[in-house]
Parts: sequence; C-alpha cells; structure tokens
Amino acid sequence: MELFLEQLVNGLTVGSVYSLVALGYTMVYGVMRLINFAHGELFMLGSYFGFTLLVSTNIGALGAGWGLIVIVLMAAGAMALLGILVERVAYAPLRESGRLAPVVSALGVSIFLQNAAMLIWGSRYRAYPVWAALDRRWQVGGVHITLMQVIILGVSIVLMLLLYFIIQRTTLGAAIRATAIDQDTARLMGIDVNAIIRFIFIIGPALGAVAGVMVGLYYRQIHFTMGWTYSLKAFTAAIMGGIGNIPGAMVGGMLLGILEMLGAGYISAAWKDVFVFIILIALLILRPTGLLGERVAEKV
Amino acid sequence: MSYGRIEALRQVSLHVHEGEIVALLGANGAGKTTTLRAISGLIKPQQGDILFDGSSLLASPAHRIVGQGIAQCPEGRRVFPTLTVEENLRLGAYLHRKDKEWVQEGQGKVWELFPRLHERRFQLAGTLSGGEQQMLAIARALMARPRLLLLDEPSLGLAPLLVQEIFRTIRAINAQGVTILLVEQNARLALKIAHRAYVLATGRVAVSGDAADLANDEKLRKAYLGAAPACS
Repeated sequence: MELFLEQLVNGLTVGSVYSLVALGYTMVYGVMRLINFAHGELFMLGSYFGFTLLVSTNIGALGAGWGLIVIVLMAAGAMALLGILVERVAYAPLRESGRLAPVVSALGVSIFLQNAAMLIWGSRYRAYPVWAALDRRWQVGGVHITLMQVIILGVSIVLMLLLYFIIQRTTLGAAIRATAIDQDTARLMGIDVNAIIRFIFIIGPALGAVAGVMVGLYYRQIHFTMGWTYSLKAFTAAIMGGIGNIPGAMVGGMLLGILEMLGAGYISAAWKDVFVFIILIALLILRPTGLLGERVAEKV
Repeated sequence: MSYGRIEALRQVSLHVHEGEIVALLGANGAGKTTTLRAISGLIKPQQGDILFDGSSLLASPAHRIVGQGIAQCPEGRRVFPTLTVEENLRLGAYLHRKDKEWVQEGQGKVWELFPRLHERRFQLAGTLSGGEQQMLAIARALMARPRLLLLDEPSLGLAPLLVQEIFRTIRAINAQGVTILLVEQNARLALKIAHRAYVLATGRVAVSGDAADLANDEKLRKAYLGAAPACS
C-alpha cells in the first residue's frame, strides 16, 4: 500500500508535467490540425533558459519563493516569444499548403532547436541549481512528499484551471473553440484566425516553459534531448485524452504519469518507458479517439 | 474570378440597392455560393472589384468585412455544434465583445425574432433540429447588426412549413431595414419575397430583372430554374 501511494504521488508529479506539455500539443492540433513537433524543444529550451538565469544572474539570491516565481515567469515569457517566432517563420507561410508541409517544417524546427541548444549549452547533462529550501520533505502516512512535488502539482493544477476557465467561460475561449471547429465560419464572425493561432502559440510554449523549469528543479539535471523524451510522452497523453480535447490532455497526462510510475514501482523502473509506449500503441489500436471519446460531430 | 484553379465566375456583375431583397438564383454549381464567399472575403477574385458603399472590399480580410456591415449566414448553416446557442450568438457579435450592453441588446432582439432559441439558449447548437439551427445561423449573423445580410440557401433541407416560416422571418428582417442578398435553389419562393433577382448559369449572369417579371416568365423557369414544385 505504501509503495502504491508513493508511486501515486510520483505519478501525479510527472503526470502534471506531461499534462502541461500535452496542452500545447492538443491546442495547436485542435486549431490547426498540426502536430507541432517543435513543442517539446520549447519545453526543453524553457528549462535551459531557467538554468541560465539561475547560473548567471542574481535571481537565485531572491530565495526559493520569489526566485522561483521570477524565473518561471521569465522562462514562460521568453518561450511565448519564441513560440510566436516559430509560428511566424515556420508555419504561417505554409498555411495554404496542405497538412504535410507544416509537419515537415515542424520536424525541421525541432532538429534546429535541439542542435542550437546543444551548441549553446553543450551535449552533457547540466546540473540544475536548486534552492536548499526546496529540499523540504514530509512524511504523510508513510509516504514521502517533497516540497517540489507539492509545487509542481499545485502550479500545474492552478494553471490548468485557469486555462480551462478561459477556454470554456470567456468569449475569447468560445472564439478559440469556434476556430477549431470551422475556420471559415469563424472568419465570418469577425474572428481573426491568425490572432487566435498566435494566442495558442503564446499559451502552449509558456505552459511548456513552466513545466521545463519545474522538471529541472525536480530531477536536478537537464539534457538537450529531454524535449524529445517528454514530448513523446506528452503526445501520448494528448492522444490518450483525445487529441484536440483540452480537458482530455489534462486527464491524459495525469493518468499516463500514474501508470508509468506504478509500472516502474511494481514491475521494473528500467521498463517504464516501455509501458508508456505499449499504452500508446494499444490506444491507437483499440480507441484511437482517446479515452474522453470523440468530440461531437464537427460538421452537421 | 477563379476558385482554386478552376475558374468559377466570369463577368458576374450585380448590384444590390439599400433596403432591397435581391435573389441570386441558378442551378447547382452556377457560382452562387462562390459569389457570396467573394463578397465576404473568404476568397479573393483574381480580377474585378467588389464595392460596398462605394469603396472596395478587396483589401479587407474576411474578419474585417463583418465590421463594415456585411454578415453572412453560410450554406449548410454551419453553427458551431459543440458551443451553446448563446455562445454561438455571442460570437456573431464578436467584434463588439467588449460592449456588453450592445451584445445584450442584440440578443434581446434575436429572442424576439426567434423565441424558440431563447428557450434553448443553454443547449449545444448541435442538439437543435435543422430548422432551429437555421434560425440560429440567421440570428448569429444578425448579432453583428449588418446593413447587408447574405443568406446562402436558408431553405436547404427544411420541411415546407419551416421554409415558409424562415421566409416570413427574412421578410421581417428586411422590413427592419436590413438589405438582403438571398441565394436560393427554391426559385419560386425566393422570387415571391425578392424585389429583384439575378439568375446565374455556369458562372455568368444569364438573366436579371424584377422578381415579379421573372416569376411569370415560363421560358426562363424551364431553362434555368427547372419547373420544380414550390417546396422541396
């Protein structure tokens, strides 16, 4: 039972990271029908950007509380800018060229950014500087919980609730959903589809950057290929929840994290990635529309 | 004008005067929908011009043209099925989203015109019947308070009684001062409410004139409109 609870906590922690990254995939897919393979690289760059801020500036001296807030906000802002730039340079010119060209372009951006990160920060693992205050841990009913786990879970849940509110309750959110259903009709309403796409490319990478910084602080080391690993899992999470479905990505990420950690705890830690991809393959075969089911018919 | 790489319209010249209902008729593939899509800016003609109030619309992207007073209710209704009725309507007034009163007032007018939509305002648009969806699509276009309303096949797939109701509503909307350009396959009904009409055939204006005259022209009916029964 203790092992179960322990792995549940670990699973929720990584799961909320998968959820944050999966949201970027699923929002872009929902609006543009594009798998944005560069998204994982923005997550990785967000992590490295936070690393550089911690190593080369005095922000770390602000202490764990304010320091974390400042670093997360700056990384999110920087990746939002980079997200807009990637969209403008790599996707906007291909808007009328069918669906394959932007996917190839996305792969190109991914390779470019990954190599850029390798050239800037080197190909070895980098140790993430961590405030000592984050080392706090508690024991609740025999289960160890660290402060960083609480932060990751708390920040992720707050951000996801906020996003859910924007998408479901505001006129901007309705415009995003409308654009995802039918771009031409959205234009007839006066919705600037390009502005919606830009908005998506601000929110997705910003959430990814927050996840990237938190992953660095949690595992304490980062590598320039981490974007690839995490994005494959986040992508699996997005498919699990039904790609294009925002609450689906949130639930899918959490579920994937828990399954992965239970597999690691009960079967073998070395095989945990195998479980994830067995789940992906099984899903694609058995329920390709995702666990939260198909979205209601798009055209009537 | 060409649509993709296939030329769909050639030398289509039509005028709509303020306060009119103008019907745009013709068989499938004659270029009616293409004409409306060009006016709304969803496609841009390769040649020619589209003027509204004397100034060209060609430079404006589709999402700006609504703001100039032209709203379109597209073919096949195209309501957003996973959004509620109210959300659909709010998007109709998207350009005025900051002005809550303006939107509320517009909604009030829509409820008057379509009381049934008010009953269903929290329902998802996809769960409405075909007739209700058509009403919603028209109502959504009205939320922008257009001066020119483009209606694309509002009778499509509706039962005869509903078609009558929709056409009565169109007349009522026109009576409130909204100019209407109506694309229809149901020529008999369209000519009944329109002031003037144009008949398109293979991308060109074949005939134009007063609706009443065209309605009585047997030869024309046979040649371009098909001698179809009134409601189908």
